[in-house]
Amino acid sequence: MKSIKQLIAAATMALSASAAFAAPAPASEAPDALVKRISAEVIDTAKSDKDIQAGNQQKIIDLVDSKILPYVDFQRMTALAAGRFWRDATPDQQKQLAEQFRTLLVFTYSGALSQIKNETVEFKPMRADPADTEVEVRSQVNVQRGEPIQLNYRLSKTPAGWKIFDINVLGAWLVETYKGNFAAEISKTGVDGLIKKLAERNKQLANKPLKTTAAK
Amino acid sequence: MNTTSRGRALRAIALTLAVGATLGGCASTGGGNPRDPFEKFNRAMFSFNDTVDQVALKPAATAYKKVLPGFVQTGVSNFFGNLSDLWTGANNLMQGKGGDGMSDLTRVALNSTFGILGLLDIASEAGLPKHNEDFGQTLGAWGVASGPYLMLPLLGPSTVRDTLALPLDIKADPWAYKEPVNWRNVGIAVRAVDQRAAVLDASNLMEEAALDRYEFIRDGFLQRRESRIQDGGGLRKLKGASRDDGPADAKSIKAAYADDPGPSAVPAVETIVTPAASSEAAPK
Repeated sequence: MKSIKQLIAAATMALSASAAFAAPAPASEAPDALVKRISAEVIDTAKSDKDIQAGNQQKIIDLVDSKILPYVDFQRMTALAAGRFWRDATPDQQKQLAEQFRTLLVFTYSGALSQIKNETVEFKPMRADPADTEVEVRSQVNVQRGEPIQLNYRLSKTPAGWKIFDINVLGAWLVETYKGNFAAEISKTGVDGLIKKLAERNKQLANKPLKTTAAK
Repeated sequence: MNTTSRGRALRAIALTLAVGATLGGCASTGGGNPRDPFEKFNRAMFSFNDTVDQVALKPAATAYKKVLPGFVQTGVSNFFGNLSDLWTGANNLMQGKGGDGMSDLTRVALNSTFGILGLLDIASEAGLPKHNEDFGQTLGAWGVASGPYLMLPLLGPSTVRDTLALPLDIKADPWAYKEPVNWRNVGIAVRAVDQRAAVLDASNLMEEAALDRYEFIRDGFLQRRESRIQDGGGLRKLKGASRDDGPADAKSIKAAYADDPGPSAVPAVETIVTPAASSEAAPK
């Protein structure tokens, strides 16, 4: 439980820090350039950092907090995943739901990051009108064996620059994939039930080493 | 030899029909996902598969990954990957994707010779990327709807369309004709373990990420399958947008989300109402 609090505190700090310092700069950065820059920074760090390669959870979470979280619109992502239930939730429920969902995604993403080794990312040309406020940036991760992994991002323009609100891994959109899970849980136990379930899962993940395959 | 393979195909068809008949009986009209009317059956099959996986396949794959040197694992997956490229190429040609199809056949030619019977994937290094196609995708490309979601015993997630296409995929697998039979069976087992090992990390991740693993896998699988038929284009064609290779445009992105509140206003600093949000809120 303690580490979740730390995590949320760190995430909040990272978010507010980014709002304070980074807000003026990225507003002019193009969405594809933004995604390219973030992924290059994250992959370079993940590849070069021995602690991250070894699965040091705190180190990885710090990396996610500082490099990725400032550019993700978690509230919208959560709202989309909750679908029609979002509007019926109280502002407090919305806040808690977004927080727990964010924590879950950070944990999962951290697990994926610790597995980066020789992969390279290749971006496809973006076709968007300069006036568009929502765009899709497409990339693929080239892996050692097998076919490349498709990795796409959807971003929307906000006053603080472009923000990612959905991610596509291997052809499946994150929002769409969680939508079923969220809807089923909410219709069974309500929004509070979903928040509780997410919190429980996060608690388990916080107490578990990242590299599950190496641990056993 | 010919009779055994014909027997196999016939058995597969019989199995498919039997499964279909069983499902017809238990189609429920409950409030579940409209694409998954056989949820009850599927869930039972899912938990059966999961048990087999936990007891046999996953431990084998974990050991395989831990014990064998990396180059051996790569060799195994390249070898079977090379065999599958042939059918992938044929399907690309059947879908009218001549360039991809020729590229796949060139891959087989290169990897089977210079790649030492497919143990090395030199074609990928030479800039011919690996594709993944099967007859279900070809049917999809021809416009055959996927039909309901179907969880197959041992083979995992599928759809009615893809299950009907499966006998042909099985028949087109060169390894299915490998003699003697015990070599063939060993090969099939090794291939299954190798394929499981390749997704070990991903499946561990999935266990953490999902609230209800059955639904998570189903919703992910159906999207992924659709995306493969569009070859990465995602929801574009479904939403009636233009069919080019470019990313979805702003309009089709919007169309993909119901109940979209728009970008959230940034907390702290100054709370500016975003253009999208304000245009929605403004009376027309």
